[in-house]
Amino acid sequence: MATLESTEILKVAAAHRSRQETLRRVGLIILQIVMTLVLITFLGPTLWMVSSSLKARTEIFAYPIVWIPETPQWGNYVQAMTMMPFLKFAINTFVISILTVVGTVLSCSMVAYSFARLKWPGRDLFFSLLLATMMLPEVVTLIPMFIEFRWLGWTKPGTVFGILPLNFLPITVPYWLALSPLYVFLLRQFFKGIPIELEEAALIDGANRLQILFRIILPLSKPVLATVAVFSFLQAYNDFLQPLIYLNGQDNWTLALGLRAMNDVQQTGQWELLFAASTVVLIPVLLIFIFAQRYFVQGIATTGFGGR
Amino acid sequence: MATQTHYKEPITRARLREWLEGYLFAGPFLIGFFAFVAFPMLFSIWLMFQKWDLLGEPVFVGLQNIERALTDELALKALYNSAFYTLFAVPVQLVISFTLALALTQAIKFRSIYRAGFYLPIIIPIVATAVVWQRVYHPDFGIMNEVLGIFGVPPQKWLLEPALAKPAFIFMSFWMIGRQMVIFIAGLGNIPVQLMEASQIDGAGKLRSLFSITIPLMTPLIFYNMVIAIINSFQTFVPSLIMTDGGPQNETLFVVLNIYRNGFQFFNMGYASALAWELFIIVVGFTIAQFYVSNKWVYYES
Repeated sequence: MATLESTEILKVAAAHRSRQETLRRVGLIILQIVMTLVLITFLGPTLWMVSSSLKARTEIFAYPIVWIPETPQWGNYVQAMTMMPFLKFAINTFVISILTVVGTVLSCSMVAYSFARLKWPGRDLFFSLLLATMMLPEVVTLIPMFIEFRWLGWTKPGTVFGILPLNFLPITVPYWLALSPLYVFLLRQFFKGIPIELEEAALIDGANRLQILFRIILPLSKPVLATVAVFSFLQAYNDFLQPLIYLNGQDNWTLALGLRAMNDVQQTGQWELLFAASTVVLIPVLLIFIFAQRYFVQGIATTGFGGR
Repeated sequence: MATQTHYKEPITRARLREWLEGYLFAGPFLIGFFAFVAFPMLFSIWLMFQKWDLLGEPVFVGLQNIERALTDELALKALYNSAFYTLFAVPVQLVISFTLALALTQAIKFRSIYRAGFYLPIIIPIVATAVVWQRVYHPDFGIMNEVLGIFGVPPQKWLLEPALAKPAFIFMSFWMIGRQMVIFIAGLGNIPVQLMEASQIDGAGKLRSLFSITIPLMTPLIFYNMVIAIINSFQTFVPSLIMTDGGPQNETLFVVLNIYRNGFQFFNMGYASALAWELFIIVVGFTIAQFYVSNKWVYYES
């Protein structure tokens, strides 16, 4: 009797469990569907931009919306890129971005190493000041920095070494001075995690600090350096306010400024060309995003915690 | 050796050398801090008391700029616009990003694709975003009216309609919550599995464990995301410059746009500095107030 009863109970329990399991599965399927709809909503504007960049003029203003152009108008891209000197804008953007990335990575690594490993009077005070500058809105120093750079003569037309426009300096030089507190903080946290014995051994072998930084610390910090590089590239590439203030003359413009100028003249007319230009501007960051996604996610997760 | 205390080491050659190295390596930041943080801030305090268009000589005007920043109709309008935007955008952003993060930590398929898709909008250059969204909101050919039309909503004028322009900007901000979401996902991944299992054994349902375990443990990150989102929202600028140029009827004239105009279009360097300091004090005040209040609701393990 007793055994019979317990098998009954087991059966009921199993039925209950399988019902719960089914419920759970149904729930997950519903969630999957809902998330797919949300994803489509999120991608909507971007997909619309890309599809419209390939439309014929008549399709742009068609009702209801044409989602897939009948014959993709690749010529839109050629036309858009030749309306303004976009190649020149692209070169300027990459020069500024690369100067920014190199300056950020080098200066932030050195400063972070100093804060992580070297003892010097005032270190803790300056580290607190560094953290405080994280909270500083860019706009507070916007006006006085413009006047400073004007004194330095960097807001005038002209070039440095005959090639680099003077106007690029106000945008890039601050990055060579480790004025990205978040990255200094991130690198310092990472450097602190590297076993100090490695350095001590190298010091005994007669290595100097620069050699230690470049031969021991930095090679061990590749993931975090990649994160810093990716973020600072995007920051420079996407920046609008600084180029808007400092880059005078179309020859010095970045892609962002070119796109904005095109937008101003194309308020009513050629949307397909504007969307084509927007898509072109998006492509480099999209490629970086696809190939370096790991560093994005790592970077946000760590800096997110770090700044708490 | 043993008698030496940590903080009273004698000044040896090696220590002096380390000091020197320390200053040299930190040098870029020390120079940068004085040249491009400390000096500009002090300089802009001086600027606040001057009238200066950069062409002539600066003229001392006393408190005139500050008074104007506190009473000028446009300045107050800009403050109101930024505050309105922040107040309505930030809470909803947090709810959306937290909900998406929760959904993406469930056992559904293709999670990394969803995550990438939700993150994508914030890597799009802000100018391209503004260009596209300006057209998303176009009264005749935009997809916003098209999509709402499916649900029977009559076409709206969005960016051209004073009452709808700010809500349109707020709605657009919900699209750019990828950073917050990724931070939440990382945090949710750090919640100890044992805690969840224990609550299940105790018979707590999913909803119950969400409110008594997940959310309390996530409050530090909710707080962090909130502080950052408020700081950023108060500084929103580029979309309004490109999409509406502050209009219609100054409904999207945000504080930074007002500062930009006064500084770089009207060359009122003194007044623009006063406006910038006003914003700075508000943002810092908000941040400090939040830290103060955070003791009441943010849970810290210790």
